[in-house]
Amino acid sequence: MASLITCPHCGVRPKEEFAIRGDASLLRPAPTASDEAWHDYVYVRANPRGRTLEHWQHVGGCRRFLVVERDTFTHEVHSVTDGAAFARENGR
Amino acid sequence: MRYSAFSIVKNALSGNLKWKPQWRQAEPKSHYDVLIVGGGGHGLATAYYLAKEFGVKNVAVLEKGYLGSGNVGRNTTIVRSNYMLPGNEPFYEFSMKLWEGLERELNYNVMLSQRGVIMLYHSDGQRDAYIRRGNAMWMEGVAAELIERDQLKKMIPFLNYDHARYPILGGLLQRRAGTARHDAVAWGYARGADRHGVDIIEHCEVTAIRRENGIVTGVETTKGFIGCGKLALAAAGNTSRVGEMADLKLPIESHVLQAFVTEGLKPCIDHVIVYGGGHFYISQSDKGGLVFGAEIDGYTSYAQRGNLATAEHVMEEGVTMIPGLSRVRVLRSWAGVMDMSMDGSPIIDRTPIDNLYLNCGWCYGGFKATPASGYCFAHLIAKNDTHPVARFLRLDRFARGYAVDEAGAGPQPNLH
Repeated sequence: MASLITCPHCGVRPKEEFAIRGDASLLRPAPTASDEAWHDYVYVRANPRGRTLEHWQHVGGCRRFLVVERDTFTHEVHSVTDGAAFARENGR
Repeated sequence: MRYSAFSIVKNALSGNLKWKPQWRQAEPKSHYDVLIVGGGGHGLATAYYLAKEFGVKNVAVLEKGYLGSGNVGRNTTIVRSNYMLPGNEPFYEFSMKLWEGLERELNYNVMLSQRGVIMLYHSDGQRDAYIRRGNAMWMEGVAAELIERDQLKKMIPFLNYDHARYPILGGLLQRRAGTARHDAVAWGYARGADRHGVDIIEHCEVTAIRRENGIVTGVETTKGFIGCGKLALAAAGNTSRVGEMADLKLPIESHVLQAFVTEGLKPCIDHVIVYGGGHFYISQSDKGGLVFGAEIDGYTSYAQRGNLATAEHVMEEGVTMIPGLSRVRVLRSWAGVMDMSMDGSPIIDRTPIDNLYLNCGWCYGGFKATPASGYCFAHLIAKNDTHPVARFLRLDRFARGYAVDEAGAGPQPNLH
């Protein structure tokens, strides 16, 4: 994986400052959604071989949650967005 | 050819020129009763037990690379059955028992070495947890011994007992556990399956699963269409990719796990030692190299290569446990793609498609499970019924609320 990650708040930082939370492509269902919707959200993963969206937290820096677009086969990092900004952009 | 001391002498006298290949290079027929996707340990063991124990002879194993090129050749070769949960322990003990008879069963030297696996504890709380685990093992009829610090110092003198943060207070020992030669397991099962008429088809990648009227009729491969009565997936690492071809929704993430081996040393580490301050495990191979690994890197990956930061972390854990390791040089490292399930336990089950069967989610414990996984999967395929020891390892257990979460980490695969 890229050794350096460009945090939108802190600039170029070493990858080791970040903690990886997991899949960011999932949308949290409404509290009243069906059991099946919640099951799929909590347990089912697309697990793509290629581009994926992930939640990372910059624990050694600004402590913001970020959305990182990354390739699971080449380990290339395509983009890093602030988590809240990403949610707004995508109407979440 | 049956292997024996006599066969070695006989072949030596003819200049070792008359050994036969251990399995045929089969070309696919147009139809099989059972097709197994994945020529790793689990797929080959499944084929072997299907043919030998359950009388299903018209079987083929499809492997996209060469045989044993996946995780069966990329692990740290540890076999053990020191689990706690009732959903896991009977299964892994069944596996341990099969390991103990495997060389005779296969007429193949898998170099099983029951040198004992010892898991260290570093705090009173961890000691209590290991006592509980040991008791749970005894409940399933598996011997476990708690080794106190003084006794352990005599057994394994070179550990860092007085580390300030992680002093070693003792360990939980399973004497019957140990290591086996990983490649030989794949080759032994391949040879055994081949002798029972199974076709092993290497360099044949499945590209699509063909379905008609809701059931699988066969697979498209790089060697053309192959029809089947039942399709069995044992493609750990790429389960999601193969499952996608049949629109399966799976509780799996693919993660990368690294392992390392050092230069050869004289015999020094007699057991498999597992560090409890992190999750570092080490043993010494028969060639003398120290084989070790730790946790997964923590991010999804299909790359079969890991990151240096994790390598550094693994070395740090090792040196914390055995300070003398700092003088040893690492020869090589490698990585494998693990099927991480949502509770850290595997899945051997039917799928929503009637004649499609699934074996996946081995996390980073698949090697030790190879014999039982093959046996239980073969049982499931042949009888369309779950084997009793695998009855908790179901695909729908998350929806039903019956996760088998040994680590208690919740649905967060990078923590298992």
